Amino acid sequence: MFITNYIKDIFNGMKSLLTGMKITGYYFTHHKEIITEQYPDNRATLKMADRFRGEVVMIHDENNEHACTGCSACELACPNGTIKIINKFELNAEGKKKKAIDTFVYHLELCTMCNLCIIACPTDTIKMEPNFEHSVFDRSQLTKVLNHTGSKIKAGVE
Amino acid sequence: MLSLENITNTIHEWLNATFNPTLALLSEFVLIGICAIALFAMLGLSLVLMERKVAAYMQLRLGPNRVGPFGIFQTVADTLKLMMKEGLTPDGADKFLFNLAPFVVMIAAMMLLAPIAFARGFQIWDINIGVLFLSAVSSVSVIGILMAGWASNNKYSFLGAMRSGAQIVSYELSAGLSIITIVILTGSLQISDIVNSQENGWWIFKGHIPIVISFITFLIAITAETNRAPFDLPEAESELTAGFHTEYSGMKFALFFLSEYINIFIACALGATLFFGGWMPFHIGHWEAFNQIMDYIPSSVWFMGKTFFLIFLLMWFRWTFPRLRVDQLLSLEWKYLLPISMINLLVVTVMAIMGWHF
Repeated sequence: MFITNYIKDIFNGMKSLLTGMKITGYYFTHHKEIITEQYPDNRATLKMADRFRGEVVMIHDENNEHACTGCSACELACPNGTIKIINKFELNAEGKKKKAIDTFVYHLELCTMCNLCIIACPTDTIKMEPNFEHSVFDRSQLTKVLNHTGSKIKAGVE
Repeated sequence: MLSLENITNTIHEWLNATFNPTLALLSEFVLIGICAIALFAMLGLSLVLMERKVAAYMQLRLGPNRVGPFGIFQTVADTLKLMMKEGLTPDGADKFLFNLAPFVVMIAAMMLLAPIAFARGFQIWDINIGVLFLSAVSSVSVIGILMAGWASNNKYSFLGAMRSGAQIVSYELSAGLSIITIVILTGSLQISDIVNSQENGWWIFKGHIPIVISFITFLIAITAETNRAPFDLPEAESELTAGFHTEYSGMKFALFFLSEYINIFIACALGATLFFGGWMPFHIGHWEAFNQIMDYIPSSVWFMGKTFFLIFLLMWFRWTFPRLRVDQLLSLEWKYLLPISMINLLVVTVMAIMGWHF
């Protein structure tokens, strides 16, 4: 019937409006819910979200060893040529030649933080860091070498 | 006891004793003008800040917090910036009307201040048709808005102005009908009579459900009349950039902005006077001790408190509700608010005749 629908309409409308007002009223009175980060002031205590992608880094352990085999899967996975891997051949303990990484070149200025290299890596040696303060005065400083100087591959990683 | 009434009476007596009556009256005009302009400036600064803070907290933000403690000088800084900016007049605009429009809107807002009772015995002009005067003059500002939209020679401004016209013409009806319910119960259009009739209880408590309904109708109607979200179609940032004041800049824009907030204040002051007893303190029946304590709070504080509560309510609406389309806006008025407030008016009339209210 028309008139019951009409009244029902009004009551449902009022109810939904009051539901919305309840939420904004809760937010207005509960200031702990505020999500604003006052960035330069809280720099010391700033904690980024877990899944935030800031830049690619290579994981090194305390012995300055990484797990990169130089397979260049990340280089192939990268859609815009951000990663360039330069390999060298090292002699291992048995005197055999073995492929190892010389330089892991990472062009931060080209990176779109798409995460495809991290997915492609078979040994999980690279990961995304939540560091976002990348501004520098010279563009060449954005071209980074990810493997630390003097680092070598972990024993047992093929 | 120090009260606004005593201060005004002292000034009045002193002026009349010192000068002849004409000069005393003229100097009172000047004093009132200065007070009104000062009040407008203070309201503009505080309401804009309040709006921004309320909006921020409702959206889980902090809002202005850099200029001064808690950002309280943010609006002062903004006003200074607006004063320094150039007031541009577009080439194709009708220069005279374009420059006149902000002042028409502002003067309409200023005239509305006359019959409002700010405290016990503190009123500029206790005219015997106070409520009618308020509802009539509040629609004058639409002339200024239409003028601004037309003279800008800009299709966005023009659309905004036309929408504003349609909106105010339709919502004036339900605002008027909800005001009339109180006038029926009081039997007078004079603001002081309306306030005095609420000495033993505010109309929102004395008038049962019909007055609550008319209060809600009034609230919706004044939100629409002051062009605020969810009824901000004349400004419509998403479609019309800024509606009727798209072409305005500098201090002329500031006048539109200010008059918008003044209109909100006056609409809320009217709502507080009609439904919440104006400057009347909150009294409960025969609780003499409680009533005594309530009487100690100055009447101006009561009035401002109620008005700012209503303003907060409007801000709450603005930052919660989604916007309406033009057709939804008009169907809300003509299909829902108007029939409801007409039936409500009938119920209130029966109630007043039979004496069913307290």
